[in-house]
Amino acid sequence: MRFPDKGGKFGKFGGKFVPETLIPLLHELEEAYLYYRKDKDFQRELTYYLKEYAGRPTPLYYAKRLTHQLGGARIYLKREDLLHTGAHKINNTLGQALLAKRMGKRRIIAETGAGQHGVATATACALLGLECVVYMGEVDMERQKMNVFRMKLLGAEVRPVKTGSRTLKDAINEAIRDWVTNVRTTHYLIGSVVGPHPYPMMVRDFQSIIGKEVKRDILKKEGRIPDYLIACVGGGSNSMGLFYPFVGKKVKMIGVEAGGMGIHTGKHSATLNAGTPGILHGAYTYLLQDEEGQIKETHSIAPGLDYPGVGPEHSYFKETGIVEYTSVTDEEAKEAFHLLSRLEGIIPALESAHALAYTLKLAPTLEKEKIIVVNLSGRGDKDLGIILEDENKRSF
Amino acid sequence: MKIKEVFEETLRKGKRVIIPYITGGFPDPRTFLELLECLQEAGAGMIEVGVPFSDPVADGPVIQESSQKALEMGMGLKKILSLLIQNRHRVNIPLILMGYYNPFFKMGIDELMKLAKEADIKGFIVPDLPVEEAKDWTSKLKKESIDTIFLVAPTTSMERARVIASFTTGFLYCISVTGVTGMREKLPEYLKDYLKSLRKVTSLPRAVGFGISSPQQVKEISPYAEGIVVGSALIKLIMETEKKEIYRKVRNFISSLVEASHV
Repeated sequence: MRFPDKGGKFGKFGGKFVPETLIPLLHELEEAYLYYRKDKDFQRELTYYLKEYAGRPTPLYYAKRLTHQLGGARIYLKREDLLHTGAHKINNTLGQALLAKRMGKRRIIAETGAGQHGVATATACALLGLECVVYMGEVDMERQKMNVFRMKLLGAEVRPVKTGSRTLKDAINEAIRDWVTNVRTTHYLIGSVVGPHPYPMMVRDFQSIIGKEVKRDILKKEGRIPDYLIACVGGGSNSMGLFYPFVGKKVKMIGVEAGGMGIHTGKHSATLNAGTPGILHGAYTYLLQDEEGQIKETHSIAPGLDYPGVGPEHSYFKETGIVEYTSVTDEEAKEAFHLLSRLEGIIPALESAHALAYTLKLAPTLEKEKIIVVNLSGRGDKDLGIILEDENKRSF
Repeated sequence: MKIKEVFEETLRKGKRVIIPYITGGFPDPRTFLELLECLQEAGAGMIEVGVPFSDPVADGPVIQESSQKALEMGMGLKKILSLLIQNRHRVNIPLILMGYYNPFFKMGIDELMKLAKEADIKGFIVPDLPVEEAKDWTSKLKKESIDTIFLVAPTTSMERARVIASFTTGFLYCISVTGVTGMREKLPEYLKDYLKSLRKVTSLPRAVGFGISSPQQVKEISPYAEGIVVGSALIKLIMETEKKEIYRKVRNFISSLVEASHV
């Protein structure tokens, strides 16, 4: 059976836990999406922009030097970092912005943590002539000044969020509040496979182009599907995009969460590894929460992974064993960041560096004819400030 | 007294049920408990006690702030229930718990029902639990004879409102505006028609909430509703008033609303 079911559930996960004001609009969105998903004209338009504007298809690059250095399985990198705006986020923002436009919604709101989804949303809105408001926690605005500036250049309004921990989760809260208020004119462009139904399904579908291209290209290059797929998991959109087309195939899928300073320290964002099921931001899914059901603050060096929830379909994949979820620490991610930069001339996003860090551990243990595909979901330009600060600290 | 009975009795007197909302344990546990008494004396028909949550997406800035402050003082669900269990004798009007679903879910509905019975909670309002997700919830509350109060919004069709009403007991919570909780200067034009149409799909009492802050607004709405919820305006008053003045000001404010609700 293909999920989600009619109620938007993946097994017991998912659903629509939102204020009543939004429910009729979620129904409307679902109806529109299911219609346009099959509409040839819509699909043609989306494909056009993905190709001519965003730069699809992205290469599936055989990382020869990395493979040799590790001395095990053959490693391929899915180069989502080469897309316009520097990450896989644009696959989804183009899809949703085109959909919103067809639904007659001229105003787009979004939340952003690292700023990548905010930039990708602002970009799609500039391209399609839509009004764009992005909510961003004050703490994140300070950490990611350049992305704030980028969004402004693209014509978006960036609204600082001063409530709670002033990071991604609070930016989502504020975006939901805006949405409840302006629900008739506004489309909320959620950036990951999270939120109430139909978002997890819709974002998954828009991102699934990643896995579809991998499947096609690996068959051309190797004549068979890979043995392992590895991707990082924050909310989980790049990993879902890579994994989904392979569900039911004989391939081991591994999602890598942000272990931060180590799970035992409590300073991490490893929701599926260390969390428990609960309800946040519209869905029943794994969460980092305390005994009273209050949501915990999270930590990761990778701003895009710094979130206390995860997409409900990942919760389903965890419980059914379809995907294995593990974690790596900030330190391990940084090592992988440096290694890939020097060995392959590719500076990865710190988020993607988590997937690489696990690959560094796994590849040497495998035979040489095994194939690993790693999703290089974004490029590292946005993280240079974090890395530079880190190096400065070390030199003292 | 049951929620239903309060409505019957108040309506018989030609008035509307004024339902103040206060955040549990806010501004501090002692004042909170005294406020319950104060609200009853002022003529409140029942009281909504808010359970603070870290991520209150349906609330505006005032209730967000009170929730955060209450949480900082350790006012989670368990603490609030135990305060209410120990002090329930101090008021006899119905108490309703209003809170986001996760803290309730995390405690476990069975355990929650046990404690709610001890605290003599008469009803629950859960703003992020729509009827589609509430099968288990409604059946467990029904078993304990605790009212399940669902919400309808201006975006809800009458067809859907009919379904929601069929799951609802006590009263139907009618959200006045598309938006979060908080005071509004003017109530929307469509409000009267919307409330009138709701009367056609349900015989439940209609209580209007979100945005109501003045006797004038209560007067305006009273012909079209059986109950009126006031939250942010009350919390704001508590926040802005010196401690020794709080009870007097709150009493005056609630009495003025009760007064304005004469039809």
